[in-house]
Amino acid sequence: MNAYPKLPEFDYIKPQSYKEASQFLISHAGEARLFIGGTDLFVQMRDRVYKPKYLVDVKGLDGMDEITFLPSQGLTIGAGVNMNRVIADAHIKQHYPILAEAAESVASYQLRTRASIVGNICNASPAGDTIGACLLLEGVLIIFGEDGEREETLSTFFLGPGKTTLRAGDVVAAIRFPIPPDGMKGRYIKLGRNQLSDLSIVGVTVLGYPEGESDSGYHFELALASVAPIPLVVKQVGEILGREPITDDTLQEAARAAMDVCTPIDDVRGSAKYRKLMVRNLSYNALKDVWGQLTGESR
Amino acid sequence: MSFHHISLIINGEQELADISANMTLLDLLRETLVFTGTKNGCAAGECGPCTVLLNGEPVNSCLVLAIECQGQEITTVEGLAQDKRLDPIQDAIMEAGGVQCGFCTPGILIASKALLDRNPDPSVSEIKAALVGNLCRCTGYLRIIDAVQQAART
Repeated sequence: MNAYPKLPEFDYIKPQSYKEASQFLISHAGEARLFIGGTDLFVQMRDRVYKPKYLVDVKGLDGMDEITFLPSQGLTIGAGVNMNRVIADAHIKQHYPILAEAAESVASYQLRTRASIVGNICNASPAGDTIGACLLLEGVLIIFGEDGEREETLSTFFLGPGKTTLRAGDVVAAIRFPIPPDGMKGRYIKLGRNQLSDLSIVGVTVLGYPEGESDSGYHFELALASVAPIPLVVKQVGEILGREPITDDTLQEAARAAMDVCTPIDDVRGSAKYRKLMVRNLSYNALKDVWGQLTGESR
Repeated sequence: MSFHHISLIINGEQELADISANMTLLDLLRETLVFTGTKNGCAAGECGPCTVLLNGEPVNSCLVLAIECQGQEITTVEGLAQDKRLDPIQDAIMEAGGVQCGFCTPGILIASKALLDRNPDPSVSEIKAALVGNLCRCTGYLRIIDAVQQAART
């Protein structure tokens, strides 16, 4: 192992506009990579997973550093906003606390000074801690590409580990979230090899809110990290907990459904079998926790 | 590879440097400007002795490019003492016995200073959470936590 590893050689490019960034990335497709915080990219460059000829620093482009919340429209988080700002933001704390909770589970404070929500998403790791919350909150990416600005919903964004629908020349400027339903509660439970800061072996995000139209009177959603090639939303959980009164039995049934649909692999952090069982147990814990919050019972 | 001439403020003083694009802030501090208080550990953002303040916020300097620091303000462990007086966290870590081999200490001091700047009265769990990115192989952390609490009281 190199005791003093260096980054491979590259040219540093700092574009002044989205158009300039996009055009550079298109004309140097395959040899240029964009970065925001670099917390994943630089490590992979050290390990020579990537050896880009050009690194394109898109931080500082218009609006990238802003968090805006409008009660009529919702929340927009610029791609360059770091996770510590997301955790500390008063609007996010009040209206989207699950986002802050998930972000707080990422690595360490000093890493979160550089890490961003959009970076976490675009990195497309199945273990991405904030992705489940962004999926369940119906996040939409604002992307500048070859043909100008477009929006892309997160639910169809992920294709595989590290693979997304982004094309050469695409620069994600921000993520936008609609106003969440009234009374929404959430919980993110992460199992790592240690209590704080590690990558997840299993991550479970649960949201729940009162919904008059369902037979149970509530709607639940659940997303899983680290147990499939992409961040996984378990639709069955919403169906099971929507169609009949919520009891300990139905919560357990929903947790078993989460276990049944996930497809984990064996790796250095845990075996597939262990992950399956943990998905069931932690899904039950998270669902029960959110149910407790919704019904006003203490956790 | 591109080369750049940058100007930045380190511990309150302007520094100029010629750098290559692939130089990290850690490389710049240790190898070029000889602020060797900042240490190189894992070089992957896991272990924390490379922690410095970038515009008042702690970062892993191994994961920041030097070129990104053009015009920015950096504080290293050498910049904690003011007017030849140690920062309260430096006094406290010596009094509490929170230093053994000392390799992690610069990062611990910077991360603790940043914590106390944003939260002058942290609980033990808040201290643990703030120092999760700073590994120490010697102390077992208890005396480091004592030191942060002690510094918070001064």
